[in-house]
Amino acid sequence: MFSNRLFNILVPIISVLLGLISGAIIMLIFGYNPIAGFAALWNGAFGDAYFFGETIRQVTPYILSGLAVAFALRSGLLNIGVEGQVFMGWIASVWIGISFDLPMIVHLPLAILAAAVAGAFWGFIPGLLKAKLGVHEVIVTIMMNYIALYLSNSIVRNLLSDGADRTEKVAETASLQSNWLAEMTFYSRIHYGFIVAILMAFVMWFIINRTTTGFELRSVGFNQHASKYAGMNVSKNIVLAMVISGAFAGLAGAMEGLGTFGFMSIKAGFTNIGFDGIAVALLGANTAFGVILAAFLFGVLKIGALNMPTAAGVPTELVEIIIALIIFFVASSYMIRWVILWFKKEGK
Amino acid sequence: MEIIELISRILGASVVFATPLIFTALGGVFSERSGVINIGLEGLMIMGAFVAIVSNLTFHSVFGAATPVVSLIIAMIVSAIFALVHAVASITFRADQVVSGVAINFLALGIGLFLTKQWYDKGQTDFIESPIYSSNVPLLNKIPILGDMFFTGWYWTSYLAIAMAFLVWFIIFKTPFGLRLRSVGEHPMAADTNGINVYKMRYIGVMLSGAFGGLGGAVYALTVTHNFSHGTIVGQGFIALAAVIFGKWHPLGALGAAIFFGFAQSLSIVSSDIALLENVPSVFMLIAPYVLTILALAGFIGRAEAPKSLGEAYVKGNR
Repeated sequence: MFSNRLFNILVPIISVLLGLISGAIIMLIFGYNPIAGFAALWNGAFGDAYFFGETIRQVTPYILSGLAVAFALRSGLLNIGVEGQVFMGWIASVWIGISFDLPMIVHLPLAILAAAVAGAFWGFIPGLLKAKLGVHEVIVTIMMNYIALYLSNSIVRNLLSDGADRTEKVAETASLQSNWLAEMTFYSRIHYGFIVAILMAFVMWFIINRTTTGFELRSVGFNQHASKYAGMNVSKNIVLAMVISGAFAGLAGAMEGLGTFGFMSIKAGFTNIGFDGIAVALLGANTAFGVILAAFLFGVLKIGALNMPTAAGVPTELVEIIIALIIFFVASSYMIRWVILWFKKEGK
Repeated sequence: MEIIELISRILGASVVFATPLIFTALGGVFSERSGVINIGLEGLMIMGAFVAIVSNLTFHSVFGAATPVVSLIIAMIVSAIFALVHAVASITFRADQVVSGVAINFLALGIGLFLTKQWYDKGQTDFIESPIYSSNVPLLNKIPILGDMFFTGWYWTSYLAIAMAFLVWFIIFKTPFGLRLRSVGEHPMAADTNGINVYKMRYIGVMLSGAFGGLGGAVYALTVTHNFSHGTIVGQGFIALAAVIFGKWHPLGALGAAIFFGFAQSLSIVSSDIALLENVPSVFMLIAPYVLTILALAGFIGRAEAPKSLGEAYVKGNR
């Protein structure tokens, strides 16, 4: 029999392969050359230093939003509200970034911290409602997403600017951007944020696997009643899980606010960083290391796809379909397990 | 008579936004009553909008005046089939229903935009030539006051939506089929013991939600946007989901909630005409539906009770 651990590694790999194969089939159906398509995708992500810089830039917020979803899932909570928490973190970091005049050693950490706090607060509300009133966190977080979207638009327009569509740029002292990294990658938008992201992945691993709090969070995720019987405070752990999850999401917003863009603008819709985080977390099996790998894969797909129309004539949106299918395959892991076991039986 | 003119204007604008929400929310009621969470309503609306626009553009020369109806029907059928993906994943393969719904949303937008690029070679489709036009109901619009309010300048789809809500109420609460659908969502094992095919009922529930969600998206596309792009359906599906919950999983409740949300959306547009609301920043109008939904869920506006086994895959023989 296959061990569970092996299954947990095999399912994501098979899902990605199935997703890519489906993408190839779609390309064949519409008369494109799949090999040329995937080659364009590969070159678009790794072709030269600029593309690679952009890929890392894209991976950075994905790691953090993936960690946010994964952390909540470990405690049995599905945080669809990462998107809204990203917005709150983004606006908070830019707010601090443009309104203070401080030395960098204070200003940058303060702006990043503000993002984490704002995201955490946006996670706290659904966490509290879930813990105290038993309200399903999925619906509340969806609603919180829209509130965050409209609220941040209103803040940009009325508080941080005089009716303009975007804020001014954050001060040098609060920026994650780096001339050195930019020059090295032919002026891509890569920034120091990836260090924060990797650090946070380590923080998540440490909290989950090496602290009592992490043990309690996981325990609540497995069985709330047993945890309560064992003397754990289930309500406190639910709120805590959402707060930490929201903080990670807020940091993802700070990556965009202080790194990629350096400002906040009026948004007509969502950035999808948060929704893609769900895919990242699922594919990464909710572990810190898995999230880094999955975020890297999605970053490569998203940035590489931009090269597909010019190099192979394939519409960029093909990658959205591939990502959606990968989520389906991971979610339907029951089917993959069943097929593997069936093959195993036949082979005997 | 100014006040009546104002009321009929607000009412008209509310109903335009509410109509697609009503259809989609009714779809949500079907799916969730059968025990399957449907976060994918947004994706189903996207699919419906896309298919309706494409078939409208394609068959305009064939069907002439009947084109809108034909495109609505095609959109319903295709979306129902598309919902099968959600059904297979969440019912047969026991995937997490929320995750599968999220994937539906991604997939619909991906397919819609991919095919738009493929067929029209740009980011959005052309504008359709036979949209649904608003009209007056003959004779009834001559009734003083009421005629202005309810029978002047509405789309026929709005009347259909309201009638449909009552029909769905009848189906779910007054027919054997509805009883079976509800029992499958409340206690699938008990239903199975009584000889009801749980899987079949849930498949029907999800496919009906696909048909209605597709109809909602199609109506939105044919009455409001008149073309398809990435910005055609942005969040209406999630508002419809909110309407399902705000309406306590009841078709008529969903109808009321959808009309209220349509009203809230129209307020942010027409509020400048109303002296009382002139000074309220539009952001409060924009976030009102979402805040109210959270309050409703938190039990401040009556407790909302979900179907008992909502979100749980049914495994035969498991206890």
